[in-house]
Amino acid sequence: MKGVFDIIGPIMIGPSSSHTAGATRLGKIARAILGEEPSQVMVRLHGSFAKTGRGHGTDKAIAAGLLGFSSDDERIPAALTLASAAGMKIEFTRRDFANVHPNTAVIEMVGKSGRKASVMGSSIGGGSIVVTQINGYQVELTGEYATLITIHEDRPGVVALVTQVLAQEKINVAFMRVSRQERGAEALMILESDEPISHQAYDIVANIPAVKVAMLVLPC
Amino acid sequence: MERFSTFMDLVGLANNGQCLLSEVIINYEVQKSRTNRESVWQQMDQCLTVMIKAVEKGKDSQEKSVSGMVGGDAKQFGDYAKAKGLLGSVTQKAIQYALAVSEVNALMGRIVASPTAGSCGILPGALLAASEALSVPREKIVAGLFTAAGVGLIINEHASLAGAAGGCQAECGAASAMAAAAVVEMAGGTPDQAGQAMALALKNMLGLVCDPVAGLVEVPCVKRNAFGAVQALVAAELALAGIKSVIPPDEVIAASYEIGCLMPPSLRETSDAGLAKTPTGQEIEAKLFGENK
Repeated sequence: MKGVFDIIGPIMIGPSSSHTAGATRLGKIARAILGEEPSQVMVRLHGSFAKTGRGHGTDKAIAAGLLGFSSDDERIPAALTLASAAGMKIEFTRRDFANVHPNTAVIEMVGKSGRKASVMGSSIGGGSIVVTQINGYQVELTGEYATLITIHEDRPGVVALVTQVLAQEKINVAFMRVSRQERGAEALMILESDEPISHQAYDIVANIPAVKVAMLVLPC
Repeated sequence: MERFSTFMDLVGLANNGQCLLSEVIINYEVQKSRTNRESVWQQMDQCLTVMIKAVEKGKDSQEKSVSGMVGGDAKQFGDYAKAKGLLGSVTQKAIQYALAVSEVNALMGRIVASPTAGSCGILPGALLAASEALSVPREKIVAGLFTAAGVGLIINEHASLAGAAGGCQAECGAASAMAAAAVVEMAGGTPDQAGQAMALALKNMLGLVCDPVAGLVEVPCVKRNAFGAVQALVAAELALAGIKSVIPPDEVIAASYEIGCLMPPSLRETSDAGLAKTPTGQEIEAKLFGENK
């Protein structure tokens, strides 16, 4: 059974838990995955997001998330203006991605330092979200747990090196997934944890030579 | 752990422990979240603060939503009710508060989804109006919100709280049933009476469809919140008078699930029928989104 605050809650900016609150969380998690402030963003809206998004403020909500705001932040209605004032260029377009959830967006970002990331995610109801693709990799990420994501060399021992760091920091892994595009090239791993993942643990992982990119996504 | 699945379980736990329904729900949440009573209480108290602020903000606002369909009705009704009206002041306040919170939601203000954003005006409308009439302290309203959450947990377990799954009976219907049980507890009624109130409110919303104009949480949602809040007060008073629902609470929930399953998808939040497809509804939709289609 769910918890009391799944019923009375979340505290959010209206009007829609899926089209507004969930959309803010998608923007926020996309920014966390990029790992820095985005400077250029292309948002592709699919299905119901594309159809009724504007009336629900989905564009403002995603912009707010990209600015790092939470889904109960009263600055959400002003987010598009705030983003352009902060030098963040966001473009919205509509795109049909065929067999995906009706409330889906793809957020392609270039960060301040030139770092790039592409995130596909869906708002699945009640403000809950699921990220389904990161940089072309199939993933499943809810943003409800502290999450460590690595893109690393696909060879024996790398997964163990990363999990060893977490073990030493006494961080319990709740969910873990490894995927890759082709054998022996690059793999992507997602570790979701019950405990907070410290920046110290993240730094150690990021400095493992076989780890090309490490991302720390805190619950949002 | 306090285990319950049905309303009968919940009333049993309260009667065995000789406590209020809200106590059973608080204990459930403390154990589930692995925190303590104080932090769970604080979190609900914070929800109440957000509800009260939304009422304050919405009841004086004349702003319109982006679509122009809603906004300003809470103020208009409040101004009218100051001087006259057929209904008593408790009912009028429930109407005004529910409109206020729903309008704040439509205008991208801060609210508590309870259980959803589309039905967020019903609990604040009914509970805050009742608390003024009953002169109960803030703690009683917070406790009432826990009772309401308990009802919502059970409905969610055996039916649904999503318009896309069960139509509006799952959103405004559930919210009204939750509020009815909470008001009974606030007024000093028994756990069984709370269950009767819940059943009476939900029964009256069975079959209610979700057919919003242009797919927005505005028409008929905002005004329906006012009706939902008043209906919760009606159900609570019937139950407090000792009147029972012939069909018991858990069976009413089961019926709402069955009815939701039988409801065509066109009337479950897709805006493919009903009010959304009336000539005026289509005209509004075309004006808002026409160039994008």
